[in-house]
Amino acid sequence: MNSSSTLINALFIFVLAGFIGFEVIRRVSPLLHTPLMSLTNALDAIAVVGAIVLVGEHKSTLATVFGFIAVVAATSNIVGGFVITDRMLKMFKSSRPAAKPAAK
Amino acid sequence: MTAEPGSIQILIEILYLVASVLFILSLKWMSSPTTARHGIWAGEIGMVLAIGGTLLNRGMNYRLIAIALVLGTIIGVPLGRVQMTAVPQRTALSHAFGALCVTLVGSAEFYLRAPDISRFMMSVLSLEVILGGLTVTGSLMAAGKLQEILPQRPLTYKGQNLVNFVLLAGALVIAVSLVLHPEARSLFPFMILIALAFGVLLIIPIGGADMPTVISLLNGYAGLSAAAMGFVLDSKLLIIAGALDGSSGLILSIIMSKAMNRSFTNVLFGAFGQVQAAAAAGEEARPVRSATPEEAAAILSAANRVIVVPGYGMAVAQAQHKVRELYDALSKRGVDVRFAIHPVAGRMPGHMNVLLAEADIPYDRLIEMDEINGDFPQTDVALVIGANDVTNPAARSDASSPIYGMPILDVDKAHTAMVIKRSMNPGFAGIDNPLYYLDNTLMLFGDAKAFVGSIVRELSGGHG
Repeated sequence: MNSSSTLINALFIFVLAGFIGFEVIRRVSPLLHTPLMSLTNALDAIAVVGAIVLVGEHKSTLATVFGFIAVVAATSNIVGGFVITDRMLKMFKSSRPAAKPAAK
Repeated sequence: MTAEPGSIQILIEILYLVASVLFILSLKWMSSPTTARHGIWAGEIGMVLAIGGTLLNRGMNYRLIAIALVLGTIIGVPLGRVQMTAVPQRTALSHAFGALCVTLVGSAEFYLRAPDISRFMMSVLSLEVILGGLTVTGSLMAAGKLQEILPQRPLTYKGQNLVNFVLLAGALVIAVSLVLHPEARSLFPFMILIALAFGVLLIIPIGGADMPTVISLLNGYAGLSAAAMGFVLDSKLLIIAGALDGSSGLILSIIMSKAMNRSFTNVLFGAFGQVQAAAAAGEEARPVRSATPEEAAAILSAANRVIVVPGYGMAVAQAQHKVRELYDALSKRGVDVRFAIHPVAGRMPGHMNVLLAEADIPYDRLIEMDEINGDFPQTDVALVIGANDVTNPAARSDASSPIYGMPILDVDKAHTAMVIKRSMNPGFAGIDNPLYYLDNTLMLFGDAKAFVGSIVRELSGGHG
Protein backbone atom coordinates (compact mmCIF):
# COMPACT_ATOMS: atom_id res chain seq x y z
CA MET A 1 0.00 0.00 0.00
CA ASN A 2 3.02 2.20 0.36
CA SER A 3 5.05 2.47 -2.82
CA SER A 4 8.69 3.37 -2.48
CA SER A 5 8.11 6.84 -3.90
CA THR A 6 5.72 7.82 -1.11
CA LEU A 7 8.25 6.45 1.36
CA ILE A 8 10.95 8.60 -0.17
CA ASN A 9 8.61 11.59 -0.11
CA ALA A 10 7.94 11.00 3.56
CA LEU A 11 11.65 10.77 4.31
CA PHE A 12 12.30 14.03 2.46
CA ILE A 13 9.60 15.75 4.49
CA PHE A 14 10.93 14.34 7.74
CA VAL A 15 14.53 15.40 7.09
CA LEU A 16 13.61 18.87 5.85
CA ALA A 17 11.18 19.46 8.72
CA GLY A 18 13.88 18.33 11.12
CA PHE A 19 16.25 20.94 9.69
CA ILE A 20 13.63 23.67 9.91
CA GLY A 21 12.88 22.64 13.48
CA PHE A 22 16.54 22.70 14.39
CA GLU A 23 17.12 26.16 12.91
CA VAL A 24 13.92 27.67 14.31
CA ILE A 25 14.28 26.22 17.79
CA ARG A 26 17.96 27.11 18.06
CA ARG A 27 16.83 30.74 17.94
CA VAL A 28 14.30 30.44 20.75
CA SER A 29 15.39 32.51 23.73
CA PRO A 30 16.44 30.37 26.73
CA LEU A 31 14.05 32.59 28.68
CA LEU A 32 11.20 30.76 26.97
CA HIS A 33 12.42 27.18 27.02
CA THR A 34 9.67 26.04 29.40
CA PRO A 35 6.83 27.55 27.34
CA LEU A 36 8.58 26.20 24.24
CA MET A 37 8.32 22.70 25.60
CA SER A 38 4.67 23.03 26.57
CA LEU A 39 3.92 24.51 23.14
CA THR A 40 5.69 21.76 21.18
CA ASN A 41 3.84 19.33 23.40
CA ALA A 42 0.52 20.79 22.34
CA LEU A 43 1.55 20.85 18.66
CA ASP A 44 2.81 17.27 18.83
CA ALA A 45 -0.66 16.24 20.00
CA ILE A 46 -1.71 16.77 16.38
CA ALA A 47 -1.41 12.98 16.46
CA VAL A 48 -5.06 13.35 17.46
CA VAL A 49 -5.94 13.43 13.75
CA GLY A 50 -4.80 9.83 13.36
CA ALA A 51 -6.79 8.83 16.41
CA ILE A 52 -9.90 10.68 15.21
CA VAL A 53 -9.82 8.72 11.96
CA LEU A 54 -9.57 5.46 13.92
CA VAL A 55 -12.61 6.34 16.03
CA GLY A 56 -14.56 7.77 13.12
CA GLU A 57 -14.05 4.84 10.74
CA HIS A 58 -14.90 2.24 13.40
CA LYS A 59 -13.15 -0.62 11.62
CA SER A 60 -12.91 -2.87 14.68
CA THR A 61 -13.85 -2.65 18.35
CA LEU A 62 -10.21 -2.70 19.41
CA ALA A 63 -9.30 0.10 16.99
CA THR A 64 -12.24 2.19 18.18
CA VAL A 65 -11.44 1.71 21.87
CA PHE A 66 -7.72 2.46 21.38
CA GLY A 67 -8.58 5.40 19.15
CA PHE A 68 -11.04 6.76 21.70
CA ILE A 69 -8.48 6.70 24.53
CA ALA A 70 -5.91 8.20 22.16
CA VAL A 71 -8.22 11.08 21.24
CA VAL A 72 -8.85 11.79 24.93
CA ALA A 73 -5.12 11.75 25.76
CA ALA A 74 -4.12 13.91 22.81
CA THR A 75 -6.95 16.40 23.30
CA SER A 76 -5.98 16.89 26.94
CA ASN A 77 -2.44 17.71 25.72
CA ILE A 78 -3.72 20.18 23.15
CA VAL A 79 -6.00 21.99 25.58
CA GLY A 80 -3.68 21.81 28.60
CA GLY A 81 -0.61 22.69 26.53
CA PHE A 82 -2.10 25.81 24.98
CA VAL A 83 -3.67 26.96 28.26
CA ILE A 84 -0.46 26.70 30.26
CA THR A 85 1.75 28.14 27.53
CA ASP A 86 -0.53 31.13 27.30
CA ARG A 87 -0.52 31.57 31.09
CA MET A 88 3.26 31.46 31.20
CA LEU A 89 3.80 33.87 28.32
CA LYS A 90 1.36 36.37 29.86
CA MET A 91 3.65 36.56 32.88
CA PHE A 92 6.72 37.66 30.94
CA LYS A 93 6.78 41.44 31.25
CA SER A 94 9.45 43.91 30.29
CA SER A 95 10.74 46.53 32.73
CA ARG A 96 10.10 49.08 30.01
CA PRO A 97 6.31 48.87 29.65
CA ALA A 98 6.17 51.89 27.37
CA ALA A 99 8.54 50.31 24.88
CA LYS A 100 6.52 47.14 24.53
CA PRO A 101 3.68 48.25 22.22
CA ALA A 102 6.15 50.13 20.04
CA ALA A 103 8.33 47.06 19.70
CA LYS A 104 5.56 45.02 18.10
CA MET B 1 -19.96 18.48 1.78
CA THR B 2 -21.52 18.35 -1.70
CA ALA B 3 -18.15 18.14 -3.43
CA GLU B 4 -16.76 14.85 -4.72
CA PRO B 5 -14.63 12.78 -2.36
CA GLY B 6 -11.54 13.61 -4.41
CA SER B 7 -11.84 17.34 -3.94
CA ILE B 8 -12.59 16.89 -0.23
CA GLN B 9 -9.34 14.99 0.09
CA ILE B 10 -7.51 17.84 -1.61
CA LEU B 11 -9.17 20.37 0.66
CA ILE B 12 -8.13 18.33 3.72
CA GLU B 13 -4.54 18.14 2.49
CA ILE B 14 -4.47 21.90 1.89
CA LEU B 15 -5.77 22.50 5.42
CA TYR B 16 -2.99 20.23 6.72
CA LEU B 17 -0.44 22.22 4.71
CA VAL B 18 -1.68 25.50 6.18
CA ALA B 19 -1.55 23.94 9.65
CA SER B 20 2.05 22.82 9.07
CA VAL B 21 3.06 26.33 8.08
CA LEU B 22 1.31 27.77 11.12
CA PHE B 23 3.10 25.29 13.41
CA ILE B 24 6.49 26.36 12.07
CA LEU B 25 5.57 30.04 12.42
CA SER B 26 4.34 29.31 15.91
CA LEU B 27 7.79 28.07 16.94
CA LYS B 28 9.53 30.85 15.05
CA TRP B 29 7.60 33.45 17.05
CA MET B 30 8.76 31.85 20.27
CA SER B 31 12.17 33.40 19.61
CA SER B 32 11.28 36.49 21.66
CA PRO B 33 8.85 37.25 24.50
CA THR B 34 7.37 40.13 22.47
CA THR B 35 6.14 37.86 19.67
CA ALA B 36 5.65 34.64 21.59
CA ARG B 37 1.93 35.06 22.14
CA HIS B 38 1.37 35.31 18.38
CA GLY B 39 2.99 31.91 18.33
CA ILE B 40 0.25 30.44 20.49
CA TRP B 41 -2.46 31.87 18.27
CA ALA B 42 -0.76 30.47 15.18
CA GLY B 43 -0.53 27.08 16.87
CA GLU B 44 -4.16 27.17 17.96
CA ILE B 45 -5.45 28.16 14.52
CA GLY B 46 -3.32 25.44 12.93
CA MET B 47 -4.71 22.91 15.35
CA VAL B 48 -8.34 23.91 14.70
CA LEU B 49 -7.80 23.76 10.93
CA ALA B 50 -6.16 20.34 11.14
CA ILE B 51 -8.84 18.84 13.37
CA GLY B 52 -11.60 20.50 11.36
CA GLY B 53 -10.08 19.15 8.15
CA THR B 54 -9.93 15.64 9.58
CA LEU B 55 -13.59 15.79 10.50
CA LEU B 56 -14.42 16.46 6.83
CA ASN B 57 -13.57 12.82 6.09
CA ARG B 58 -16.76 11.04 5.04
CA GLY B 59 -18.77 8.58 7.06
CA MET B 60 -17.30 9.39 10.46
CA ASN B 61 -18.90 8.47 13.77
CA TYR B 62 -19.09 12.03 15.01
CA ARG B 63 -20.83 11.33 18.29
CA LEU B 64 -18.02 9.17 19.65
CA ILE B 65 -15.38 11.65 18.44
CA ALA B 66 -17.22 14.49 20.13
CA ILE B 67 -17.41 12.61 23.43
CA ALA B 68 -13.66 11.93 23.30
CA LEU B 69 -12.87 15.55 22.46
CA VAL B 70 -15.01 16.80 25.34
CA LEU B 71 -13.49 14.31 27.78
CA GLY B 72 -9.98 15.33 26.71
CA THR B 73 -10.85 18.97 27.22
CA ILE B 74 -12.21 18.24 30.70
CA ILE B 75 -8.91 16.56 31.61
CA GLY B 76 -6.79 19.13 29.78
CA VAL B 77 -8.09 22.32 31.39
CA PRO B 78 -6.98 21.49 34.97
CA LEU B 79 -3.63 20.31 33.58
CA GLY B 80 -3.25 23.75 32.06
CA ARG B 81 -3.99 25.45 35.35
CA VAL B 82 -1.36 23.88 37.64
CA GLN B 83 1.04 25.94 39.79
CA MET B 84 4.18 27.15 38.06
CA THR B 85 6.34 25.07 40.41
CA ALA B 86 4.43 22.00 39.17
CA VAL B 87 5.03 22.69 35.49
CA PRO B 88 7.87 20.12 35.18
CA GLN B 89 5.70 17.22 36.34
CA ARG B 90 2.82 18.45 34.23
CA THR B 91 5.13 18.49 31.23
CA ALA B 92 6.35 14.97 31.98
CA LEU B 93 2.74 13.84 32.30
CA SER B 94 1.84 15.35 28.95
CA HIS B 95 4.80 13.58 27.32
CA ALA B 96 3.24 10.39 28.68
CA PHE B 97 -0.20 11.28 27.26
CA GLY B 98 1.26 12.18 23.86
CA ALA B 99 3.20 8.93 23.72
CA LEU B 100 0.13 6.98 24.89
CA CYS B 101 -1.85 8.36 21.96
CA VAL B 102 0.92 7.38 19.54
CA THR B 103 1.34 3.90 21.00
CA LEU B 104 -2.40 3.17 20.97
CA VAL B 105 -2.84 4.35 17.40
CA GLY B 106 0.21 2.33 16.32
CA SER B 107 -1.14 -0.80 18.02
CA ALA B 108 -4.58 -0.36 16.48
CA GLU B 109 -3.03 0.10 13.04
CA PHE B 110 -1.00 -3.09 13.51
CA TYR B 111 -4.07 -5.18 14.29
CA LEU B 112 -6.02 -3.61 11.43
CA ARG B 113 -3.28 -4.26 8.87
CA ALA B 114 -1.19 -7.28 9.90
CA PRO B 115 -0.26 -9.59 8.29
CA ASP B 116 -0.78 -7.48 5.17
CA ILE B 117 1.97 -5.03 6.04
CA SER B 118 5.17 -4.19 4.18
CA ARG B 119 8.54 -4.70 5.84
CA PHE B 120 9.33 -1.02 5.87
CA MET B 121 5.94 -0.20 7.35
CA MET B 122 6.37 -2.82 10.07
CA SER B 123 9.81 -1.46 10.93
CA VAL B 124 8.51 2.07 11.34
CA LEU B 125 5.49 0.84 13.26
CA SER B 126 7.75 -1.07 15.65
CA LEU B 127 9.88 2.02 16.14
CA GLU B 128 6.72 4.02 16.80
CA VAL B 129 5.35 1.72 19.49
CA ILE B 130 8.70 0.95 21.16
CA LEU B 131 9.62 4.64 21.43
CA GLY B 132 6.05 5.48 22.37
CA GLY B 133 5.79 2.73 24.96
CA LEU B 134 9.03 3.55 26.74
CA THR B 135 8.12 7.24 26.71
CA VAL B 136 4.75 6.51 28.36
CA THR B 137 6.19 4.74 31.40
CA GLY B 138 9.44 6.72 31.45
CA SER B 139 7.52 10.00 31.55
CA LEU B 140 5.15 8.71 34.22
CA MET B 141 8.18 7.76 36.32
CA ALA B 142 9.73 11.17 35.77
CA ALA B 143 6.46 12.87 36.72
CA GLY B 144 6.25 10.70 39.85
CA LYS B 145 9.76 11.64 40.88
CA LEU B 146 9.14 15.32 40.26
CA GLN B 147 5.86 15.22 42.20
CA GLU B 148 7.78 13.37 44.92
CA ILE B 149 5.36 10.45 44.87
CA LEU B 150 8.40 8.34 44.00
CA PRO B 151 11.80 8.67 45.68
CA GLN B 152 13.89 11.33 43.96
CA ARG B 153 17.24 9.77 44.62
CA PRO B 154 18.65 7.42 42.02
CA LEU B 155 17.87 3.73 42.56
CA THR B 156 20.70 1.55 41.37
CA TYR B 157 21.47 -2.14 41.57
CA LYS B 158 24.16 -4.40 40.28
CA GLY B 159 23.86 -5.35 36.63
CA GLN B 160 21.34 -2.57 35.99
CA ASN B 161 22.73 -1.62 32.61
CA LEU B 162 22.86 -5.27 31.58
CA VAL B 163 19.19 -5.76 32.45
CA ASN B 164 18.23 -2.65 30.50
CA PHE B 165 20.32 -3.71 27.54
CA VAL B 166 18.81 -7.20 27.48
CA LEU B 167 15.30 -5.75 27.60
CA LEU B 168 15.96 -3.37 24.75
CA ALA B 169 17.57 -6.15 22.73
CA GLY B 170 14.52 -8.32 23.43
CA ALA B 171 12.18 -5.67 22.09
CA LEU B 172 14.33 -5.28 18.99
CA VAL B 173 14.43 -9.03 18.37
CA ILE B 174 10.62 -9.15 18.49
CA ALA B 175 10.48 -6.15 16.18
CA VAL B 176 12.72 -7.87 13.65
CA SER B 177 10.67 -11.09 13.88
CA LEU B 178 7.51 -9.11 13.21
CA VAL B 179 9.12 -7.37 10.25
CA LEU B 180 10.01 -10.76 8.76
CA HIS B 181 6.82 -12.56 9.84
CA PRO B 182 4.02 -10.03 10.37
CA GLU B 183 1.54 -12.92 10.67
CA ALA B 184 2.94 -13.71 14.15
CA ARG B 185 0.52 -11.23 15.68
CA SER B 186 0.72 -12.77 19.13
CA LEU B 187 4.27 -11.42 19.51
CA PHE B 188 3.12 -7.83 19.28
CA PRO B 189 1.84 -7.38 22.87
CA PHE B 190 5.17 -8.65 24.20
CA MET B 191 7.03 -5.97 22.29
CA ILE B 192 4.79 -3.33 23.89
CA LEU B 193 5.18 -4.83 27.37
CA ILE B 194 8.97 -4.87 27.09
CA ALA B 195 8.98 -1.25 25.90
CA LEU B 196 6.81 -0.27 28.87
CA ALA B 197 9.09 -2.10 31.33
CA PHE B 198 12.17 -0.59 29.71
CA GLY B 199 10.76 2.91 30.23
CA VAL B 200 10.37 2.29 33.97
CA LEU B 201 13.85 0.82 34.40
CA LEU B 202 15.43 3.57 32.32
CA ILE B 203 14.27 6.32 34.69
CA ILE B 204 14.71 4.50 38.04
CA PRO B 205 18.46 5.22 38.27
CA ILE B 206 18.11 8.90 37.37
CA GLY B 207 18.24 11.45 40.18
CA GLY B 208 16.33 14.69 40.63
CA ALA B 209 19.23 16.88 39.51
CA ASP B 210 19.20 15.27 36.08
CA MET B 211 15.49 15.84 35.50
CA PRO B 212 15.94 18.79 33.11
CA THR B 213 17.91 16.56 30.74
CA VAL B 214 15.55 13.62 31.12
CA ILE B 215 12.42 15.67 30.44
CA SER B 216 14.04 17.08 27.30
CA LEU B 217 15.11 13.65 26.15
CA LEU B 218 11.61 12.21 26.68
CA ASN B 219 10.27 15.19 24.76
CA GLY B 220 12.51 14.18 21.87
CA TYR B 221 11.34 10.54 22.04
CA ALA B 222 7.70 11.63 22.05
CA GLY B 223 8.35 13.72 18.94
CA LEU B 224 10.19 10.95 17.11
CA SER B 225 7.47 8.41 17.86
CA ALA B 226 4.87 10.85 16.52
CA ALA B 227 6.94 11.31 13.35
CA ALA B 228 7.12 7.52 12.97
CA MET B 229 3.34 7.45 13.31
CA GLY B 230 3.24 9.99 10.47
CA PHE B 231 5.14 7.50 8.26
CA VAL B 232 2.71 4.70 9.19
CA LEU B 233 -0.38 6.81 8.47
CA ASP B 234 1.27 8.55 5.51
CA SER B 235 0.45 11.90 7.14
CA LYS B 236 2.83 14.69 6.18
CA LEU B 237 1.40 16.96 8.85
CA LEU B 238 2.22 14.44 11.54
CA ILE B 239 5.73 13.86 10.18
CA ILE B 240 6.36 17.61 10.28
CA ALA B 241 4.93 18.11 13.78
CA GLY B 242 6.87 15.10 15.06
CA ALA B 243 10.10 16.30 13.48
CA LEU B 244 9.65 19.76 15.01
CA ASP B 245 8.96 18.32 18.46
CA GLY B 246 11.79 15.82 18.12
CA SER B 247 14.35 18.46 17.18
CA SER B 248 13.14 20.68 20.01
CA GLY B 249 13.63 17.89 22.53
CA LEU B 250 17.02 17.06 21.07
CA ILE B 251 18.27 20.65 21.17
CA LEU B 252 17.08 21.13 24.74
CA SER B 253 18.70 17.86 25.82
CA ILE B 254 22.01 18.97 24.31
CA ILE B 255 21.81 22.35 26.06
CA MET B 256 20.95 20.68 29.38
CA SER B 257 23.68 18.08 29.24
CA LYS B 258 26.23 20.74 28.29
CA ALA B 259 25.11 22.77 31.29
CA MET B 260 25.74 19.73 33.49
CA ASN B 261 28.93 18.79 31.62
CA ARG B 262 27.59 15.29 31.06
CA SER B 263 26.99 13.16 28.01
CA PHE B 264 23.61 11.54 27.27
CA THR B 265 25.01 8.13 28.02
CA ASN B 266 26.30 9.41 31.33
CA VAL B 267 22.89 10.80 32.28
CA LEU B 268 21.07 7.64 31.23
CA PHE B 269 23.50 4.99 32.36
CA GLY B 270 25.45 6.46 35.25
CA ALA B 271 23.68 7.39 38.46
CA PHE B 272 24.88 10.61 40.04
CA GLY B 273 25.60 11.56 43.59
CA GLN B 274 26.95 8.51 45.41
CA VAL B 275 30.74 8.65 45.11
CA GLN B 276 31.23 12.01 46.73
CA ALA B 277 29.39 11.47 50.03
CA ALA B 278 32.69 10.75 51.78
CA ALA B 279 34.43 13.87 50.49
CA ALA B 280 32.35 16.26 52.60
CA ALA B 281 32.94 14.50 55.89
CA GLY B 282 36.44 15.79 56.68
CA GLU B 283 35.62 19.44 56.02
CA GLU B 284 33.04 20.11 58.72
CA ALA B 285 35.05 22.36 61.01
CA ARG B 286 36.20 25.01 58.55
CA PRO B 287 35.25 28.52 59.66
CA VAL B 288 32.71 30.59 57.75
CA ARG B 289 31.69 34.22 58.13
CA SER B 290 28.02 34.90 58.66
CA ALA B 291 25.87 38.03 58.77
CA THR B 292 22.50 39.16 60.10
CA PRO B 293 19.67 40.57 57.94
CA GLU B 294 20.59 44.09 59.17
CA GLU B 295 24.20 43.72 58.02
CA ALA B 296 23.11 42.18 54.72
CA ALA B 297 20.67 45.03 54.12
CA ALA B 298 23.38 47.61 54.83
CA ILE B 299 25.80 45.98 52.38
CA LEU B 300 23.12 45.65 49.70
CA SER B 301 21.95 49.24 49.97
CA ALA B 302 25.55 50.49 49.73
CA ALA B 303 26.10 48.49 46.52
CA ASN B 304 25.85 49.82 42.99
CA ARG B 305 25.49 46.51 41.20
CA VAL B 306 23.88 43.40 42.58
CA ILE B 307 23.42 40.05 40.88
CA VAL B 308 20.92 37.63 42.39
CA VAL B 309 21.58 33.94 41.73
CA PRO B 310 18.34 32.03 42.27
CA GLY B 311 18.14 28.25 42.49
CA TYR B 312 15.37 25.74 42.83
CA GLY B 313 15.60 26.08 46.62
CA MET B 314 14.20 29.58 46.25
CA ALA B 315 11.09 28.19 44.58
CA VAL B 316 10.77 25.41 47.16
CA ALA B 317 10.81 28.04 49.91
CA GLN B 318 8.21 30.04 47.92
CA ALA B 319 10.57 33.00 48.26
CA GLN B 320 10.22 34.44 44.75
CA HIS B 321 7.65 37.06 45.75
CA LYS B 322 9.87 38.28 48.61
CA VAL B 323 12.77 38.37 46.13
CA ARG B 324 10.64 40.58 43.93
CA GLU B 325 10.10 42.96 46.89
CA LEU B 326 13.85 43.01 47.43
CA TYR B 327 14.32 43.80 43.75
CA ASP B 328 11.84 46.69 44.05
CA ALA B 329 13.38 48.07 47.25
CA LEU B 330 16.91 48.01 45.84
CA SER B 331 15.92 49.35 42.42
CA LYS B 332 14.18 52.26 44.17
CA ARG B 333 17.49 53.10 45.83
CA GLY B 334 19.18 53.14 42.45
CA VAL B 335 20.91 49.79 42.82
CA ASP B 336 21.26 47.90 39.54
CA VAL B 337 19.79 44.44 40.23
CA ARG B 338 19.99 41.59 37.75
CA PHE B 339 19.36 37.86 37.96
CA ALA B 340 21.84 35.26 36.76
CA ILE B 341 20.09 32.21 35.36
CA HIS B 342 21.98 28.94 35.06
CA PRO B 343 20.55 26.70 32.30
CA VAL B 344 19.70 23.95 34.81
CA ALA B 345 18.27 26.23 37.50
CA GLY B 346 14.90 24.68 38.26
CA ARG B 347 13.54 21.30 37.29
CA MET B 348 13.21 21.72 33.54
CA PRO B 349 14.75 23.92 30.84
CA GLY B 350 13.84 27.57 31.45
CA HIS B 351 11.90 26.80 34.63
CA MET B 352 13.58 29.51 36.74
CA ASN B 353 12.64 32.21 34.23
CA VAL B 354 8.99 31.21 34.51
CA LEU B 355 9.10 31.22 38.32
CA LEU B 356 10.64 34.70 38.38
CA ALA B 357 8.33 36.02 35.69
CA GLU B 358 5.41 34.78 37.77
CA ALA B 359 6.70 36.97 40.61
CA ASP B 360 6.54 39.93 38.17
CA ILE B 361 10.28 40.31 37.78
CA PRO B 362 10.82 41.85 34.32
CA TYR B 363 12.30 39.38 31.85
CA ASP B 364 14.99 41.77 30.64
CA ARG B 365 16.53 41.51 34.14
CA LEU B 366 16.94 37.74 33.76
CA ILE B 367 20.36 37.14 32.20
CA GLU B 368 21.76 33.87 30.93
CA MET B 369 24.92 32.42 32.40
CA ASP B 370 27.20 33.03 29.41
CA GLU B 371 26.10 36.62 29.13
CA ILE B 372 26.43 37.58 32.79
CA ASN B 373 29.46 35.62 33.89
CA GLY B 374 31.92 38.28 32.70
CA ASP B 375 30.19 40.87 34.89
CA PHE B 376 30.78 39.25 38.28
CA PRO B 377 34.22 40.86 38.85
CA GLN B 378 32.59 44.32 38.55
CA THR B 379 29.69 43.33 40.78
CA ASP B 380 29.50 44.55 44.38
CA VAL B 381 27.24 41.83 45.74
CA ALA B 382 26.26 38.44 44.38
CA LEU B 383 23.30 37.15 46.39
CA VAL B 384 22.80 33.38 46.13
CA ILE B 385 19.31 32.19 47.06
CA GLY B 386 18.63 28.46 47.09
CA ALA B 387 21.36 27.61 44.57
CA ASN B 388 24.37 25.47 45.41
CA ASP B 389 26.15 23.30 42.84
CA VAL B 390 25.85 25.89 40.07
CA THR B 391 27.95 28.30 42.16
CA ASN B 392 30.61 25.78 43.22
CA PRO B 393 34.07 27.05 42.20
CA ALA B 394 35.42 23.50 42.56
CA ALA B 395 33.80 22.85 39.18
CA ARG B 396 36.40 25.21 37.68
CA SER B 397 39.49 24.30 39.67
CA ASP B 398 39.26 20.93 41.42
CA ALA B 399 39.70 18.06 38.97
CA SER B 400 38.72 15.56 41.67
CA SER B 401 35.31 17.15 42.20
CA PRO B 402 32.39 15.14 40.80
CA ILE B 403 31.10 18.27 39.12
CA TYR B 404 34.50 19.28 37.67
CA GLY B 405 34.05 20.86 34.25
CA MET B 406 30.42 21.82 34.76
CA PRO B 407 29.89 25.44 33.72
CA ILE B 408 29.10 27.54 36.80
CA LEU B 409 28.15 31.10 37.69
CA ASP B 410 31.32 32.90 38.85
CA VAL B 411 29.77 34.12 42.09
CA ASP B 412 33.12 33.90 43.90
CA LYS B 413 34.51 36.66 41.66
CA ALA B 414 32.07 39.27 42.97
CA HIS B 415 33.41 41.71 45.59
CA THR B 416 31.10 40.14 48.14
CA ALA B 417 29.17 36.92 47.81
CA MET B 418 26.20 36.39 50.12
CA VAL B 419 24.63 32.97 50.37
CA ILE B 420 21.25 32.37 51.98
CA LYS B 421 21.23 28.83 53.29
CA ARG B 422 19.47 26.91 56.04
CA SER B 423 22.63 25.34 57.43
CA MET B 424 26.02 24.11 56.37
CA ASN B 425 24.63 20.74 55.24
CA PRO B 426 25.83 19.91 51.75
CA GLY B 427 23.24 20.30 49.01
CA PHE B 428 21.21 17.91 46.97
CA ALA B 429 24.15 16.19 45.31
CA GLY B 430 26.03 16.07 48.62
CA ILE B 431 28.99 18.01 47.26
CA ASP B 432 30.80 20.47 49.53
CA ASN B 433 30.98 24.02 48.17
CA PRO B 434 34.31 25.87 48.78
CA LEU B 435 32.53 29.14 47.99
CA TYR B 436 31.17 29.16 51.54
CA TYR B 437 34.66 29.33 53.10
CA LEU B 438 36.05 32.20 51.01
CA ASP B 439 37.02 35.46 52.72
CA ASN B 440 34.64 37.50 50.60
CA THR B 441 31.69 35.22 51.30
CA LEU B 442 29.04 35.93 53.91
CA MET B 443 26.69 33.16 54.92
CA LEU B 444 23.14 34.25 55.70
CA PHE B 445 21.68 31.40 57.72
CA GLY B 446 17.93 30.98 57.64
CA ASP B 447 14.87 30.18 55.57
CA ALA B 448 15.11 31.93 52.19
CA LYS B 449 11.66 33.49 52.35
CA ALA B 450 12.00 34.71 55.95
CA PHE B 451 15.55 36.01 55.44
CA VAL B 452 14.78 37.94 52.28
CA GLY B 453 11.69 39.28 54.06
CA SER B 454 13.81 40.60 56.94
CA ILE B 455 16.25 42.26 54.53
CA VAL B 456 13.34 43.95 52.77
CA ARG B 457 11.96 45.18 56.13
CA GLU B 458 15.37 46.57 57.03
CA LEU B 459 15.64 48.35 53.68
CA SER B 460 12.21 49.95 53.92
CA GLY B 461 12.50 50.70 57.65
CA GLY B 462 15.92 52.33 57.43
CA HIS B 463 16.57 55.84 56.11
CA GLY B 464 15.27 56.42 52.58
